[in-house]
Amino acid sequence: MRVALFITCFNDTLFPETGKAVVRLLERLGHQVDFPLGQTCCGQPQFNTGYRPEARPLVRRFAEAFAGYDAVVTPSGSCAAMVREHHPLLAADDPGLRRAVAQVAPKVHELSEFLVDVLGVTDVGAYYPHRVTYHPTCHSLRMLRVGERPLRLLRAVKGIELVELPAAEECCGFGGTFAVKNPDVSAAMLADKMRHVLDSRAEVLTAGDNSCLLHIGGGLGRLRTGVRTVHLAEILAATEGEAR
Amino acid sequence: MSEGLVWLGTPAFPQAAKKALADTQLRRNLGKATGTIRDKRLRVCAELDDWEQLRDSAAALKLRTLRHLPRYLEQLEASVTAAGGTVHWAADAAEANRIVAELVKATGEREVVKVKSMATQEIGLNEALAAEGITAHETDLAELIVQLADDRPSHILVPAIHRNRAEIREIFRSRMPDAPADLTDEPRALAEAARLHLREKFLRAKVAVSGANFAVAETGTVLVVESEGNGRMCLTLPDTLITVMGIEKVVPTFADLEVFLQLLPRSATGERMNPYTSAWTGVHAADGPSTFHLVLLDNGRTATLTDQVGRQALGCIRCSACLNVCPVYERVGGHAYGSVYPGPIGAILTPQLAGVGHAASLPFASTLCGACYDACPVKINIPEVLVHLRAKEVDAKRGRRTPTVESLLMRAATEVLASPERLRLAQKAGALGGRLVGRGGRIGPLPGPFHAWSDTRDLPVPPAESFRAWWQRTHPEENDR
Ligand code: SF4
Repeated sequence: MRVALFITCFNDTLFPETGKAVVRLLERLGHQVDFPLGQTCCGQPQFNTGYRPEARPLVRRFAEAFAGYDAVVTPSGSCAAMVREHHPLLAADDPGLRRAVAQVAPKVHELSEFLVDVLGVTDVGAYYPHRVTYHPTCHSLRMLRVGERPLRLLRAVKGIELVELPAAEECCGFGGTFAVKNPDVSAAMLADKMRHVLDSRAEVLTAGDNSCLLHIGGGLGRLRTGVRTVHLAEILAATEGEAR
Repeated sequence: MSEGLVWLGTPAFPQAAKKALADTQLRRNLGKATGTIRDKRLRVCAELDDWEQLRDSAAALKLRTLRHLPRYLEQLEASVTAAGGTVHWAADAAEANRIVAELVKATGEREVVKVKSMATQEIGLNEALAAEGITAHETDLAELIVQLADDRPSHILVPAIHRNRAEIREIFRSRMPDAPADLTDEPRALAEAARLHLREKFLRAKVAVSGANFAVAETGTVLVVESEGNGRMCLTLPDTLITVMGIEKVVPTFADLEVFLQLLPRSATGERMNPYTSAWTGVHAADGPSTFHLVLLDNGRTATLTDQVGRQALGCIRCSACLNVCPVYERVGGHAYGSVYPGPIGAILTPQLAGVGHAASLPFASTLCGACYDACPVKINIPEVLVHLRAKEVDAKRGRRTPTVESLLMRAATEVLASPERLRLAQKAGALGGRLVGRGGRIGPLPGPFHAWSDTRDLPVPPAESFRAWWQRTHPEENDR
């Protein structure tokens, strides 16, 4: 199986540790991965803000960069949803691009989907001795419908103490450019999310999308709560040997 | 901005929201009310094992009806006329208001009782009637509270959701002449005071004005669904009944109601069955009103219908489930949307019915979290329409001589992202810049355009080495691909 990594522009630039964790994890599970260097961004910020012509060249670049792989795995629920749900729409007017997108888009999987559905594993041999709570990001939850997959993976992690997040399914208020266009509403939603995180008494908040974690973690950091935000991939990649 | 839709003259959403957020009482009232109704809805919807199929049927029925709307409307006109009613067509708010005012004046009356109705809110009928010297009395309890307080409704189903019991008691005591002096804030006492106040109006009224939840093309039957029974009093006691109905409310056959009457009460109030469902077909001797007028209101609906993606908003059955699950609505309330249709449905319906203008900020008043789509009983894909309207809004601004800052940023981002090499260079520059302003691995409050974010959130300092650079360093054999 030829597996390609889609590390997303956001993770590539701001959270390289998440990408490295995905590489470590998949290699530990016995899979060789490629990182096609032609990849950049799925166009989600442009598309969601209404800039469709600006998103189109990125759709083309994506389809070209990932052509020919059996599977594409990405540590971002919202970018996976962008490719699977919206790339076909953006390519609709261009028959060539439409065909290319139809080839690639269905093969794109968010990390927990890839592990559980494609590789068929739930115990990835991880060790993470911390009290953790999980935030199901909106796009993973309602667009990809990843459901229990991340939780099943987390439950199989050794040493972990998984605690429930109150009102877990409520949006954290990030929403890409929403946080910039509507900063006050965004901050109000974030305040409630942070309250729930603190109520959970977790030491670590995890999720399948660094954008939400950036937002929530940025708030938790400003308040000096001491709660850390860690991407799901980094927890799953952690082992006893390298316990932090 | 079209003149058709009542616009409250509020500022754009972000500013209106900021004001609303400062009102902690409002946030408490809303959080409590929407939380309760949300839990109830989830419970009762889960009881039906064919809930998802019902939603599919409803969506299919609505889309089919919208595709053939002219045909069903003509059929409706014919069956209402055959049953002894009179049908009027109104292209916009002004025409609808004029028709209703003339119909009322023709009866010689100066007062009407009203059944709660979104359509008449939409066109500002009460104000238009007042200008003609006609007083309209709202009879729905929540509408009455809003009317007495000279306030605006803030929710489709519970117009006074932003008020708590103590506030309602104050409104009654200061604005309702016949309120008892020792009125408490017990729901029962408040309802009783309203009942006594309204009874006298019901007994006197000769003319009633209502909206309609559904109208059946096949039979000419019009339906109003409500939970207090006050609507039924208006629909049966007066001599003349005038119904104002958006043209999208038509359903083809009586049997179609089976689907909607299961979905509506569960989605709206979390009730299994609706308490008062009133249906009437034309007029009948010695039973109910002797004169019935149906005003079919367009007011931007035909224009909306031409938009293949946006038209699904016309399938809305006004259950307000999307409002109750919306995290944005929950925090800012209905007034911030500046329209009689607030919340997620308002964010897609108002800009379409009203055209651009103030409403331009509404499609952006959502995080696209998708909770509304999951809750909607007719499966209106609200996030899809939001993004569609955002694109229209952005495209409308493209022709301008001075481009917006945002459009420049988006174009610049695409420039960088269109090439991996440019992205790599940008990453290096960003890492350097971040290092200059960051302390302890975080970037604190920033000046200028970045302060909106950095007021409440830290940003991480971009790492020295991007993933791409790390990969190229550690996997040199693959770099030539
Ligand atoms: S859009 Fe859907 S959920 Fe919202 S009020 Fe209309 S029918 Fe109800």
